[in-house]
Amino acid sequence: MVRENEFYWRRLHSLLGIIPIGLFVTQHLIINHFATRGAESFNTAAHFIENLPFIYFLEWFVIYIPLMFHAFYGVYLAFTSKNNVQRYGTFRNWMFFLQRITGVFLVIFIAWHIYETRIQKMFGTEVNFDMMADILSNPFMIVFYALGIIAATFHLANGLWSFLVTWGLAQSARSQRIVTYVTLVVFIALTIIGLRALFAFV
Amino acid sequence: MSEQQTAVAEPTAPGKTILFEIQRQDTPESAPYMESFEIPYKANMNVISALMEIRRNPVNAKGEKTTPVNWDMNCLEEVCGACSMVINGRPRQSCTALVDQLTQPIKLEPMRTFPVVRDLLVDREGMFDSLKKIKAWIPIDGTYDLGEGPRMPERKRQWAYELSKCMTCGVCLEACPNVNDSTNFMGPFAISQVRLFNTHPTGAKNKDERLAALMTDGGLAECGNSQNCVVACPKGIPLTTSIAAMNRATTVQMFKNFFGSDHMVD
Repeated sequence: MVRENEFYWRRLHSLLGIIPIGLFVTQHLIINHFATRGAESFNTAAHFIENLPFIYFLEWFVIYIPLMFHAFYGVYLAFTSKNNVQRYGTFRNWMFFLQRITGVFLVIFIAWHIYETRIQKMFGTEVNFDMMADILSNPFMIVFYALGIIAATFHLANGLWSFLVTWGLAQSARSQRIVTYVTLVVFIALTIIGLRALFAFV
Repeated sequence: MSEQQTAVAEPTAPGKTILFEIQRQDTPESAPYMESFEIPYKANMNVISALMEIRRNPVNAKGEKTTPVNWDMNCLEEVCGACSMVINGRPRQSCTALVDQLTQPIKLEPMRTFPVVRDLLVDREGMFDSLKKIKAWIPIDGTYDLGEGPRMPERKRQWAYELSKCMTCGVCLEACPNVNDSTNFMGPFAISQVRLFNTHPTGAKNKDERLAALMTDGGLAECGNSQNCVVACPKGIPLTTSIAAMNRATTVQMFKNFFGSDHMVD
């Protein structure tokens, strides 16, 4: 059954990566960027998000369910590919390989990140600037979070490229090349936003 | 009478030899092993003429008598695809692999994406099954004379001709990271063939059937866009453009199927 409908599962996987997950990640990184304006500013923004109406519904339907499907199906896909960058060291083959590496790393990173923040909140800890500053007082965690952010922005930007190809929007070699440059800009911009926010906590 | 028996015998270079490392496998189930061969050099040899030399005198580099190496070949001019193998790590046709252009020792391996029959000989039947699955033909039979088909615009014919150069050689499957034992992916060549036959004005009358085949198990969706196929294709077929074109066509087809449409074939 799963195999017969693989076409639809794969299209859903591609779509969910951008809408809603990609949009959520972008939004998340931008909200984090309030940290560069100080603890006060970040806490206000975080509390605004926390107090959105229908927050549980939004969490489950915009984040958890799409993210879990994308993550678990993605891990299956990553482990069914037989990477061969040694034989074909082309740009696209490396992107294909890195998309899978970053994907698997992100499953680990995001699981840890959710445990440290959302699940701790469930146990009564308050999610605020001090919480992140505390987590990032450990140099190992700074590296781990920086890698997590770069992996996420790469996976999103390259995923945007493959989304546009998978749905048939970028068809010719030239259009695919142009999309490569556009997504490279997306990667750089989101990485700068993400890392600036990260180092604001340090 | 001299030793020369043919009018075009290539001059030999006394003492000069070519070294081959060939991955051998005696039966489909047995374990592969490497065997080296050292054969006399002749000008303008290709891998096939070297394999023929080994077949003529099956003695390995250690001087031991061995079995002749098995391989597949047919046209000898890179249009049939039968002689594909992995040469120095890259899948390609052995007929156009010229010894003078290869680094020695020349390493020959079978394309392991396919079941190995013996030595360098593989079974590509799966590819022909895929062509049946996607209906890679144009049905012209009817209960009466259907007459001439619609004309094809010349400029369309020109790019469609490029797609028709596919010789089912299997190199794109060997290059693709997603064609392996854990997937059923039929490979880039089949997707490009759907584009070819759906482009043909008469073939387009069944285009929804071919797209439906691409939308099932092992079809288009298994492509992960590593784009190795377009790099590897010996005929320079724009496989990734074909894949993206079929991605677009199946996107439209998906909505037609879901909502119902009077435009299944136009």
